[in-house]
Amino acid sequence: MPLLEFTERGIYCARADVYIDPWKPVDRALITHGHADHSRWGHRHYLTTRTAAPVIQYRRGDINISTVEFGEMTTINGVKFSFHPAGHIIGSAQIRVEYGGEIWVASGDYKLEDDGLSEAYEPVKCHHFITESTFGLPVYRWQPQEVVFADINAWWRANQAAGKVSLLTGYALGKAQRLLCGLDTSIGTIYTHGAIENTNEVVRRQGIDLPPTTRVSPAIDKKEYPGNIVVTTPGSIGQPWVKKFGQASVGAASGWMSLRGARRRRGADRGFVLSDHCDWPGLLTAIKLTEAENIYVTHGYTAIFSRHLRGLGLNAVELETEFEGELAEMSTTNETESE
Amino acid sequence: MRHFAEMFRALDRTTKTNAKVAALAEYFQRVEDQDKLWTIALLSHRRPRRTVNSKLLRAWAAEYANIELWILEESYHVVGDLAETIALVLPPPESDSDQTLTYWIEQVQRLGKLDEEGKKEAVVAAWRVLDTTKRYLFNKLITGGFRVGVSQKLMTRALSKATGIEETNLAHRLMGNWTPDTTSFAELIHSESATDDISRPYPFYLAYQLEVAPQDLGQPEEWQAEHKWDGIRGQLIVRKGELFVWSRGEELVTDKYPEYTPLATLLPGGTVIDGEILPFTEGRPLGFNVLQTRIGRKKVSKKLLKEAPIVLMAYDLLEVDGEDIRTRPMRERRQLLEELLAKHDTGGIIHLSPLVEWAAWEELAQERAQARAKYSEGLMLKRRNSPYRQGRKKGDWWKWKVDPLTIDAVMMYAQRGHGRRANLYTDFTFGVWDGDQLVPFTKAYSGLTDKEFNRITSWVRKNTVERFGPVRSVKPYHVFEIGFEGIRKSSRHKSGVALRFPRMLRWRKDKPVKEANTKEDLLALLAKYGG
Repeated sequence: MPLLEFTERGIYCARADVYIDPWKPVDRALITHGHADHSRWGHRHYLTTRTAAPVIQYRRGDINISTVEFGEMTTINGVKFSFHPAGHIIGSAQIRVEYGGEIWVASGDYKLEDDGLSEAYEPVKCHHFITESTFGLPVYRWQPQEVVFADINAWWRANQAAGKVSLLTGYALGKAQRLLCGLDTSIGTIYTHGAIENTNEVVRRQGIDLPPTTRVSPAIDKKEYPGNIVVTTPGSIGQPWVKKFGQASVGAASGWMSLRGARRRRGADRGFVLSDHCDWPGLLTAIKLTEAENIYVTHGYTAIFSRHLRGLGLNAVELETEFEGELAEMSTTNETESE
Repeated sequence: MRHFAEMFRALDRTTKTNAKVAALAEYFQRVEDQDKLWTIALLSHRRPRRTVNSKLLRAWAAEYANIELWILEESYHVVGDLAETIALVLPPPESDSDQTLTYWIEQVQRLGKLDEEGKKEAVVAAWRVLDTTKRYLFNKLITGGFRVGVSQKLMTRALSKATGIEETNLAHRLMGNWTPDTTSFAELIHSESATDDISRPYPFYLAYQLEVAPQDLGQPEEWQAEHKWDGIRGQLIVRKGELFVWSRGEELVTDKYPEYTPLATLLPGGTVIDGEILPFTEGRPLGFNVLQTRIGRKKVSKKLLKEAPIVLMAYDLLEVDGEDIRTRPMRERRQLLEELLAKHDTGGIIHLSPLVEWAAWEELAQERAQARAKYSEGLMLKRRNSPYRQGRKKGDWWKWKVDPLTIDAVMMYAQRGHGRRANLYTDFTFGVWDGDQLVPFTKAYSGLTDKEFNRITSWVRKNTVERFGPVRSVKPYHVFEIGFEGIRKSSRHKSGVALRFPRMLRWRKDKPVKEANTKEDLLALLAKYGG
C-alpha cells in the first residue's frame, strides 16, 4: 500500500489514518493553508502551522485545531509528519510524510518568490511530490514583485493626479495583505473592504505588521476617497458597494492577468500580474529541487503539465481532486480565495 | 515601435471610448507621418502581405523557447491567440530596440524575399530585441488581425482630433483602394479632392435592429419598407468607364463577381449604387449557403456561375452623374435610382429592391410574417426623409428581422473559447433525441452572458465524461433553446442539416433533458423551411 493514497475524501495516509486538505469531513485533517478549497468545513480535528491557524479558526469558527511549528516532527503510528514553508500565504505549508525511508511531500499551493510576508518557500527532498499546476503552462512567467509594485504605485499616482479613486482587487486572504505591504503609503490613504480588513485584524493580532489601513464604512465622507486607494475583493467590483467611490480606476492583481483575454474579460482597467502560485519556471525549479521521481499533479493544467514532466523522464500522473485553483480564480462573480 | 506599443497598451487597458480616442490622438501627434500612415492602415485592416506561415512561426518559437511544439500548441489553445502565445513563451529579450513601427513593418515585408533559413534568422533576431508587448505586435504584423477594440470610426475621430480635419471628410478619404505603399500620409489626408481615387467608396450606412414596437416609430407615411435580403452588402461604383464593387468589410470584390463586369459600360460614369450582392435565379433569391460557395473564391468556374448566379439587389443611390447625393432625402434618392434603372437596361444584372405596399403597421407586420416565404430575413424600415449617413447610427434606418426559428437542444460537447473567452467553455455542440440517442446537429457560441458562461464552465469541468484534446464531452443534462435564421440539407453534417446563425437564446433550466426536441422535430423544420 502506498504511503499516501488519493481517495474520494482527499489525500489519505492509511497507516496514520489522517487526511491532507480533505474536501469531505474526516476525523483528522492536516491542513496546508487557510484557503477555502484546502481547509474545508466539518473535520473533527485540524492540525496546521501556528501561523496558519488564526485565520482558519477565524473562518471556520469553533473547530478543534492543534498547531505545530515549521520543521517540528509529529509522529502518528510510526509515520513522521512535518510542515515546511510553502511561501504561498502566511503560515502556508508543504506537508512532509515519512515512513520506512519513503518520503512524500504534499505541497498544497506554493510559490518560490519570497514575498516578505509569507514564510519563504523551502525545497524539501522527497521521493513522491504532490504539486499543483495552476499556472503550469510556459506562457506564465512572473516579474519580481518589486517591478509589479512599482507599476501599481505608478498607476495609483496617475489616478490620484486625475482625481480618481484606485480600486485594487485581490483575494481577501493572502493577496490582499501582500498588496498592502507593496503599496507606497506616502502616496495617500489605504482603505480596505470589510472582508479584507477582518482578515487584516486577525493577521495583526498574531503579531504581523501591516501598513495602516482604514475600513470603508458609511461613516466616511465620500469626498475623502478621491486620490486614495481601496484594496477590495474581486467580487465587490460591479456591485453597488463600489458606487460610493465615484470616478475610479479598477486594477486587478492576479496571475491570470498575464493573458490579454483574461484582462479583458475581468473588465479591469489595469491588470497586474502578481500571483501567489508558481509560474512555469518556478514549478519546474521546485520539482527539480525535490529530486522526486514520482510527481502527482493535482490542480490546474494537470494533463499538459504532467505530460511535460513525463517528457523530462519523470513518473508524473494527473489526479482528479477538488482543489480549485484555476476554476475558482477565474470566476468574476463569486468571491473565492484560492489565490 | 515604442510609441506604438505604448498606444496599444493604453487602448488595451480601457473600454472607454474617450480614453481610447485620447490615447490614439496623442499617438498621432507624436509619431512620424509614415508611422501614422501604417497605423491607419493596420487599424483599417490593411496589413502587410503575409510573408511567413504560422506553422514555421510556431516551430521557430518552440525552438527558441526551448519547449516542445505540442506544449506551444496546447498553450495556444488556452491563450487563444498565436501572436500572444509566442510573445509569452519566449525567454526575456536581450536588449530593447527603439526602431519605429515603419522599420519593423519593412522588416516583415523584407521577409518575403528571404529563404526559410533567412526568415527564421530575421524573426528570431527581432524577438531577441523586443519586449513582450512589442513582440506581440511584431508577431501580429506577421500573422495579421489587429483587434484592439478600435473601430474605423473611433480611429477617424482620433485622427480628426490630431489633424483638425473634419471627421466625415476624413472617413471618406480613408476609404478606398490605397495601401501605405501606394500613397503617403500627406496625399491620403490632405489631398484636395477626395475623388482623386476613382475606386473610392462611400462609408456604408448601417442599420440597427429595431428595439421598439414599430408603431412607436411614428406615422406609416414617414417610412418606406422593403425586404431585408440575405446576401452581402455591396457598393457598386462606375466611374470613368471602370467598375468597382466593395463589400461592407471594405474589401474590393470586383473580380469575385464577373456577372457585374458589363455594368462598366451599361451604366453612366459617376454612378454609385448601394445594394445587396445576392444569389438569384428564376425570379427568386437563393439561400445564403449558395452565396457562400462564391465568397471565398477569386477564380469562378463556369459551373459555379451557373449554380450560383449573382445579381445586385439595388436599394439606394449615392452618386449620380458624379455628384455625391448622400445628403438628399431617401425618397429622392429612391426616385433617382428608379429613374436610372428605367433609363439604363442592365439585362437583369441589377434588380430594384421592391418597396412593400403598405398603409398601416399591422399590414407591415403581416408582410414581415411572410418574409421567410419570400426568401428574406425580414424587413428594412427607412425614414423617407433621411440622408445617407455614415456608419451605424440609430434613428433613420432599422432592421426588423423575422423571429428566429427555435429548437430545444441538449448540450453534448464543450470547447474553450478564444481571445477574451479563452479559459471559459463557450463553444458548445448541441444534439436532439433520436430515440434514446442524442444526435449532434449544431454548434453555438453566443447568446449567454459572461456570468452564465462562468457558471456553465464550472459545470462542464465537473461533468466531463471524456476529453478529446480541447473538446470535452459532457453529461447530457442542460437544455438550451437554440435560435437560428434558416435550415437546409447538408451532406457535410452528420445530422444531415446545417443551420444559419445558430445561437443560444435561453438556458432552459426549467426543461428536463428528456423533453428536449427530437430529430423528427428538426426534420419537420427542414421540410417546412429548408426549400
